[in-house]
Amino acid sequence: MNEFQIKKSDMNKSNISKPRVIVLSGYGLNCEEETKYAFIKSGGDVDIIHINDLIAGKTSLKDYQIMAIPGGFSFGDDTGSGNAFANRMRNHLWHMITDFIKEDKLVIGICNGFQILANLGLLPALDNKYGERQIALAHNDSARYIDRWVDLKFEGSSPWIKGIDVISVPIAHGEGKFFASELVMQQIEQKKLVTARYFNGEICKYSNLNANPNGALHDIAAITDVSGKILGMMPHPERAIDFTQRPDWTLIKEQYKREGKPIPVHASGIKIFENGIKHFLQ
Amino acid sequence: MVYRIEVFSTIPDMRARVRLKKLQAEKFFVDALEIVDVYTIDSSLTLHEATQVADILSNPVTQKTIVRASEDDTERLYSDFNQVIEIGFLPGVKDNVASTAREIIQDFFKKKFSSGEDVYTSQMFYLKGNFSDDIIKKIVDSLYNPLIQRASVKSIKGKILFTVPKVKLTVKPSVDIIPILEMDDEQLAVLGKQGILNPDGTSRGPLALNLSYMKAIQSYCKKIGRNITDIELEFIAQSWSEHCKHPKFADPIDEIPEGLFKRYIKSATKEIRKAKASEDFCVSVFTDNSGAIVFDDEYLITDKCETHNSPSALDPFGGSITGIVGVNRDTIGFGLGAKPIINCYGFCFAEPTDTQPLYKGKNFTQKMLSPRRIMEGVIEGVNVGGNCSGIPTPQGFILFDKRYKGKPLVFVRTLGIIPRETTGRKNYEKKANAGDYIVMIGGRVGKDGIHGATFSSEAMDSGSPATAVQIGDPITQKKFSDAIVKEARDLELYSSITDNGAGGLSSSVGEMAKESGGFHVNLEGVPVKYPGLAPWEIWISESQERMSVAVPKNKWNSFLELMEMRGVEATIIGEFTNSGKCVAEYNNKNVIDMDMEFVHEGLPKTHIQTQPKNEVYEEPSFDVPSDLTPSIKSMLARNNITSYSFISQQYDHEVQGGSVLKPLQGRGCVNADTTAVRPLVNSQKTAIISHGLNPSYSDISTYHMVACAIDTAIRNSIAAGANLNHLALMDNFCWCSADDPVRMAELKDAVKACYDYSILYGTPFISGKDSMYNDFRGFDHEGKPIKISIPPTLLVSTLSVVDDAKKLVSLDAKIPGDYVYVLGETREELGGSEYYAMVGEQQRGKGYVGNIVPKVDATKNKKLYEALSKAITEEIVSSAQSVHRGGIAVALAKTALGGMLGIHINLTFIPGTVKRSDSILYSESQGRIVVTIDPKKSQLFEKMMGGNIFARIGIITSDSLFKITDSAGKLIINTDIKTLHNDYTSTFGGY
Repeated sequence: MNEFQIKKSDMNKSNISKPRVIVLSGYGLNCEEETKYAFIKSGGDVDIIHINDLIAGKTSLKDYQIMAIPGGFSFGDDTGSGNAFANRMRNHLWHMITDFIKEDKLVIGICNGFQILANLGLLPALDNKYGERQIALAHNDSARYIDRWVDLKFEGSSPWIKGIDVISVPIAHGEGKFFASELVMQQIEQKKLVTARYFNGEICKYSNLNANPNGALHDIAAITDVSGKILGMMPHPERAIDFTQRPDWTLIKEQYKREGKPIPVHASGIKIFENGIKHFLQ
Repeated sequence: MVYRIEVFSTIPDMRARVRLKKLQAEKFFVDALEIVDVYTIDSSLTLHEATQVADILSNPVTQKTIVRASEDDTERLYSDFNQVIEIGFLPGVKDNVASTAREIIQDFFKKKFSSGEDVYTSQMFYLKGNFSDDIIKKIVDSLYNPLIQRASVKSIKGKILFTVPKVKLTVKPSVDIIPILEMDDEQLAVLGKQGILNPDGTSRGPLALNLSYMKAIQSYCKKIGRNITDIELEFIAQSWSEHCKHPKFADPIDEIPEGLFKRYIKSATKEIRKAKASEDFCVSVFTDNSGAIVFDDEYLITDKCETHNSPSALDPFGGSITGIVGVNRDTIGFGLGAKPIINCYGFCFAEPTDTQPLYKGKNFTQKMLSPRRIMEGVIEGVNVGGNCSGIPTPQGFILFDKRYKGKPLVFVRTLGIIPRETTGRKNYEKKANAGDYIVMIGGRVGKDGIHGATFSSEAMDSGSPATAVQIGDPITQKKFSDAIVKEARDLELYSSITDNGAGGLSSSVGEMAKESGGFHVNLEGVPVKYPGLAPWEIWISESQERMSVAVPKNKWNSFLELMEMRGVEATIIGEFTNSGKCVAEYNNKNVIDMDMEFVHEGLPKTHIQTQPKNEVYEEPSFDVPSDLTPSIKSMLARNNITSYSFISQQYDHEVQGGSVLKPLQGRGCVNADTTAVRPLVNSQKTAIISHGLNPSYSDISTYHMVACAIDTAIRNSIAAGANLNHLALMDNFCWCSADDPVRMAELKDAVKACYDYSILYGTPFISGKDSMYNDFRGFDHEGKPIKISIPPTLLVSTLSVVDDAKKLVSLDAKIPGDYVYVLGETREELGGSEYYAMVGEQQRGKGYVGNIVPKVDATKNKKLYEALSKAITEEIVSSAQSVHRGGIAVALAKTALGGMLGIHINLTFIPGTVKRSDSILYSESQGRIVVTIDPKKSQLFEKMMGGNIFARIGIITSDSLFKITDSAGKLIINTDIKTLHNDYTSTFGGY
């Protein structure tokens, strides 16, 4: 696989002590390169693998500790976002996936990746029913694709979110409205599976925006399964790795410069990826 | 067996809610609306299997399904509703959701559909309310486009019919001989204009070959001693088309034997490159599908801008999605394949509030879509095309003029990145070699897009495919794009690649064959969507999402294996040769057999004569309003100035993780002129992109229109932190009535300005495109004949590369107390300005034009821009906003709105020669930028700007007031930021 977005100097892949991360690609997933970069920056050893190479047995999930399904537009969102890709995974990879999640391994699905995990029934998998669809990411209230920044407040417990209180990251989706029946919602809340909710924080105040960008029930932006190891989130933390990705960086830079403070290097999304990697280093 | 699976929502369906609101806003009194998605499956599945299909095509958490196996099925949804409208595609129109459904079904049963089995989608709109037939018809009209879709209306109790829009072609494909040798001039002219006739007497579509072209073909036929085949004639028509050969730029014109392109554009780039010597950053200009310049030591950055105007007038969604996905292929088809990294858009529309209908046909037939429909469809097309492809779309504009009512302009632009070399092989060069297989990858060939935008007026009934319109399929393209630029290229599995765009295979294979010296194609080997296509149709079809690749024989197995692994169809359709011949066979007979030289070089030149225009406009005369507050409020709400954040927000501008300067900037989310992206996630190197266009100046002078467009595009870039030494330009000419000597005189002036100003700024053109006939001929709302021509429009696009993202500057004022400066001189230059347009509309219902158009002093400006660039590099500029449409007042408002901070300005200090306050505020003199500076840095800044015209004119405040004082000390504008923000954002608030 060509990886020209990552310059040769970053391709330090010989170090076997680094946790190994597989980032899936194919059929219209499109955030694999920046997701790879986020994990590399956090200390991971990362491969982008086309789903058909997994299906053909050219690569196995066994060789990895973290599986990331990145954002994108798999199958153009046709028949419902994430549905077609989830079908393909279920048809060909189901056993490999259930073996993977039985072990002490982590899974993250971002945006389209979250929609795929929801359709695969890996989230929230209440009553241990892995494989049953229990939640949905429905059309935004505006029925329109939207790209903007949001503020997230974290709760619950999961290796992915240790030590994170609030972060600001972008969303970019047309079908991101978290939906579950009342019964499922009760259990999700009761079991504390909500990982992050939209709230009115730094970025919303900066741009005078509503906290909840899509009408998500209970303002839910991210959840985990009961084990906490499988995380699905609509926002894109991999687009909030570097300081200059923030919408307000030019203002912060000007303020800090005048206050004599050093200019930040990172944006806050990287913490999620660092947590994923740290889980295997402790 | 035909099954019909209906998927309906069990939770509030926001698509239906939003659609309902829209209908209600259009005063259709609909009480309730629900949408049901329908999959019609024509296959050998059992009922049980069809039920399984219903499960995998829907989501049990939010949806339920009905599976119907017979039209007699009586189960009904929403039985308390009144009407149901069903909308599906016409036969042969690309149905992307159906393709995905087919793939899901095949993957689930692990069994391919057999020939003739397929899936078709449609949507049912259930309506509740009391409707007259007339209202229902209007609602249906607002929901579908008869060019590509079918609609049926039923009462709720009506029978649900199964519609299978399968393509059925009854005519047996054949090759006709055209008796060109026996034709006289008149017959030749008719054939060239009307095109070849079908057996039933209808035309296959225009060839657009004028008499001199037809005579050249006739004499070639005499030379080879035979008549021409229909496919050969269609092939020549494509190869010699306006789109491929650009005769208005290539042919001799007046005293210029080498033509406008060579004299003014190509030579300017050549001279600039020579002058830059070792600093020359151009690598590939005017030769490939995109232009390419240096990005860093390892990479090149490519750029290309296209238009897709005529198709967008007919099917706005299809036209614009095909445009954006098509220009992506100019990136994938650059060199050996560049990766698309940035999309840009630019739309010129008529006012969306204009509801007077236009007709293509006499007697109120063939009604055109309304400006609002066109606008919405075009915006949606780029949304789906760009978002689905995973390419950020940060940069763009919308512009309004009533003269875009017949034909909107849809500019689409894509930048790409490509490593210069892979193991020593230069990736920006390519050569198909004799003996290489000709391979077609991606989609299949159908009747879609035959003869491009020509649209048959014949009614489309079941069985006759819609030919004129194409709909892009970004996912098919994404699959091969990834397979090519992320894998096959670096495995060196092919030797050349190009896009199948206009002209289809005839153009891509024809062009690539120049590299090897000939081709031999087997037309029966070309994969088709359905049987029955004639050879000429296969050869020129513009079915989307295809590329042609030259694969060496010893690489074929590896290439095919990789494509199959990535879900990409790849087929050998022939071989490149060095025979000097273009050969295509069908049924073991050569149906094309012509010399390469004739096909590519045989077109005769026409000497173009021009005739200068002499028009003087009424010079507006009105008093200066004593209170100018209402004027700034109105200006900010005008279509050409107001916020279009609803577009910026629906286009993903952050995918690929490189966003630096976003389309909406500052607390006030002001639309920026310039955006910036880091294409490599681990490098600070940044691409800065912008644009300039001023079609309203064309009425007065196309020369100055172009000069201003170039200056605006450069100035916008400089304000964000671009580097004039590493800045390239692209030109997109959209003209009208190109056979009119007056329009050609305007073109000549315009192209000359390209030369003059690119040389003065030292900024080379690296790629360009033209679209010469943007005229509409039809009938107005009273049925009277009407011709609408666009104002001559040049879009200038800029690309600059800088080292450090962290040094770029956004437009928003940052900190109260900062000084406000204006750089550059303000002159009495309001000809063609937005202010004149507004005042004229207010006073007499029609905008003023005036005569004093802004003129560009490039030498002065260049010095100023270089000084500002230095100040930005040294990080002493805290915000910068270029002054363009709407003048200084608008630039100041954007600065303040960006920061949601107050601003106090004294007009006296604004340098220039203007007396009238309103002229100072709204003159559109070029070469000006508004900046804000930390007071502690002001001395340093003033020193750095020394020798240029500039002045401190005011201060940023925390009081949220927008105050401008005139020379007498009188407050002429006094309002607050919240009010102005409301004015700035309300026009398109409901869009």
